[in-house]
Amino acid sequence: MGNRPTYFKRAALVFVLLAAFALWLWIMGGTALGAANPGGQGSSLPWWAWVLILFVMTFVMGIVAVLGGVGGGVIFVPIVSGFFPFHLDFVRCAGLLVALSGALSAGPGLLRVGMADLRLALPTALIASTASIVGALMGLALPANVVQVSLGITILGIVAIMLLAKKSEYPEVREMDNMAKMLGIYGAYTDFSTHQEVQWKVHRTPIGFGLFIIIGVMAGMFGLGAGWANVPVLNLLMGAPLKVSVATSKFLLSITDTSAAWIYINSGAMLPLIVVPSLIGVMLGSWVGVPILTRTKPTIIRYIVIGLLLFAGARALLKGFGI
Amino acid sequence: MSPLKASEAQLFYANLLNKLTLFGFLVLIITFLIYVSGIIGSYVPLGQVSYFWTKSSHHYLENANIQPGWAWLAHLNYADFLVYVPITILAGVTMVCYLGVIFKFLKTKEYILVVIAILEVIVLAAAASGLLKTGGH
Repeated sequence: MGNRPTYFKRAALVFVLLAAFALWLWIMGGTALGAANPGGQGSSLPWWAWVLILFVMTFVMGIVAVLGGVGGGVIFVPIVSGFFPFHLDFVRCAGLLVALSGALSAGPGLLRVGMADLRLALPTALIASTASIVGALMGLALPANVVQVSLGITILGIVAIMLLAKKSEYPEVREMDNMAKMLGIYGAYTDFSTHQEVQWKVHRTPIGFGLFIIIGVMAGMFGLGAGWANVPVLNLLMGAPLKVSVATSKFLLSITDTSAAWIYINSGAMLPLIVVPSLIGVMLGSWVGVPILTRTKPTIIRYIVIGLLLFAGARALLKGFGI
Repeated sequence: MSPLKASEAQLFYANLLNKLTLFGFLVLIITFLIYVSGIIGSYVPLGQVSYFWTKSSHHYLENANIQPGWAWLAHLNYADFLVYVPITILAGVTMVCYLGVIFKFLKTKEYILVVIAILEVIVLAAAASGLLKTGGH
């Protein structure tokens, strides 16, 4: 019951912010400036309407992402690139910054309680962030329709991973491999749900690190964030406990997405009018989503997210083929 | 094997990350309000941004006559470039945290982690430098 006042306070504050933003957009839209500048090629809506819709959509995405247990970037890029008039370059940059902001906000808390582990994150981040630079450069060099088709295929692949991949709360790791021993990748944390101290270690480290090259390239190329791929590799392959995998993956994004984001920012793909409303929208949505999380059935929301991704992936494919 | 909860280096990283991120968000909100309120003029007027957002970033740079990389630093008198400041802070937070944590690892003589952290700083600095680019499409 303690959640109810918090929920209403947050909802009221968000409502005021939304109303203020909508009022500003309405005033701007009423001026000659707003009326004279439509929302872009092939769009009958004025520019400010797109910004307002983007803000509302990203707010909803923030809620859905929290409830569905996915990062903001993975639903942001396919949906915004599929249904908004923005070029993929700007959407990918915004997607990376959305994922980055979420990771930066969550990182300190996850590190403090020992859920996210710096020793596990440091080497994987080095590999993934280097690869994400390559991915970002490839993404900017390739024609937009090729990236759009690849994005569609990737999103449909993510749907398959979400449907098929199992999770293991505490995977069994009999012996650490030499690389894990050398890097000291092991740890302990207190699981607050069971009040037990959980000790963990990892194995198959070289294969896991190899997969982070592919993950990094994809994160940079599509601006997706990479939690959808980080967690299965850390948890199922390397044997880190599920909570450590999820938390370390979230923290990892703050490093992987940073390097890719720099490439997009330096290439002129950072439009404040797209980035900032998206970022604030997703953050506010996540903020409101957390108290709602305690009252909803995660399975249903997870299937809604999968349905959304399926739809967005198909849309990206069609858009890439010019349909 | 001794149980390792949040190490000193990890706590240091967490606290620094928290402070810098909060500062970045605060500056982001302030600069964006300045941008949309029109208190300071924009290099690309608000209403014209929609002309560019349908085309590639390469087209945007060329047609708006904007230099890639860090050239925006010379145009901080324009509100749209002012928003680059907090974005740069948020994108630079990780590098600063890594620089800080290197000294913590040196103190605990964890030299492998020192090397990894230095390599990461080099990678991030290369990405941030603006020297890595493509020809556009």
